[in-house]
Amino acid sequence: MDFNGHKPIYLQIYDHVCERILSGEFRSGDRVMSVRELGVELGVNPNTVMRAFERLQMKEIIATKRGIGFYVCEDAKEKILSEQKKDFLENEVPEFLKKMELYGIKIEEIVSLQQNSK
Amino acid sequence: MIKINNLDFAYKNTQVFKSISLEFQKGNIYGLLGENGVGKTTLLKLICGLQTPQHGSVTVDELTPSERQPEFLQNVYFLPEEVITEDTTPEKFIQKIGCFYPRYDFGLFNKLMGELEVDLSKKFNELSHGQKKKALLACALSLQTDYLFLDEPTNGLDIPSKALFRKVISQYCSDETTVIISTHQVKDVENLIDPIVILDRDDVLLNASFAEITDKIYFEYGPERIQNAYYTEMLPGGYINVLPNTEHMESNVNIEALFNAVMKNKETIKNLMK
Repeated sequence: MDFNGHKPIYLQIYDHVCERILSGEFRSGDRVMSVRELGVELGVNPNTVMRAFERLQMKEIIATKRGIGFYVCEDAKEKILSEQKKDFLENEVPEFLKKMELYGIKIEEIVSLQQNSK
Repeated sequence: MIKINNLDFAYKNTQVFKSISLEFQKGNIYGLLGENGVGKTTLLKLICGLQTPQHGSVTVDELTPSERQPEFLQNVYFLPEEVITEDTTPEKFIQKIGCFYPRYDFGLFNKLMGELEVDLSKKFNELSHGQKKKALLACALSLQTDYLFLDEPTNGLDIPSKALFRKVISQYCSDETTVIISTHQVKDVENLIDPIVILDRDDVLLNASFAEITDKIYFEYGPERIQNAYYTEMLPGGYINVLPNTEHMESNVNIEALFNAVMKNKETIKNLMK
């Protein structure tokens, strides 16, 4: 995995685990790999992975069970998607709108692009 | 835990440490940084009992390294930067020293030699510099001591070996182990080391985890140079600015920029991180 320089590594690991849940590699109720295993796979300090897991737990995407370790929560996918949707609307859309204004693109052009791609 | 208290150390007329105090907590992979000649290797030697403090104390789990009690020595391994060139195979070498370390595991040694892709049949003096480094790393890790000190471990490793290095070290780390890696090659150990210790002549400038660092310091990547930043540098595509984190923003530590920021603002950052 290639990390980019701008975003904290633990958040990038958080996103990475979310991606693996969305792709179906980790399913609801399944055990997620341990902090150690993921640390080794990524060549990252286990404390950093732990920080990512704590955030995943806080967002109720994964939970911990005695003797099992971390497992994927029932509605993890929905939670990830709704969080990503919120992020898209709050961060990416305003950027997009700014560029539309800069290039003088009208909303009708976007609508017709969307209809053509269907 | 390693506790260093008011330590003074000098080689003949050269003062290396003057009343420094710092602690290393268990379960961490520390990165020990500092300019050439500030005493990184000396500090490691003091912690593992190869040097004796002239004043002050060093203790490792309540034991004093310079007394060199077997109880202490069996739980510590120091891998120096210079590689040995003995006329023996790594396998014979580890079998010779392994008996002094209660958790030494020959199976693990073989597994690591495989993972690091070192030719088992060759003697140290027949291996390349990088291969020697890897063979010695396999030896060090297979002893399974709670304390492991690595001096410039990635020097001479090729690109794939550096990734392997990060993997085997991250695997080695547990709640009971303390690893200290002294290095100038911060790119090689990025994302692996946390906390970071920065040494200066006579002094310790920083001893903090990434979480503690980013709580106080903000690393901004942007299109312009910011005035009054602790440190600023042009990177491809813009600038990195190291700033006080006044608005509780989250950012990613750039170790090189952090190091330069600390060297430029020694007292300010020392006080900021207190």
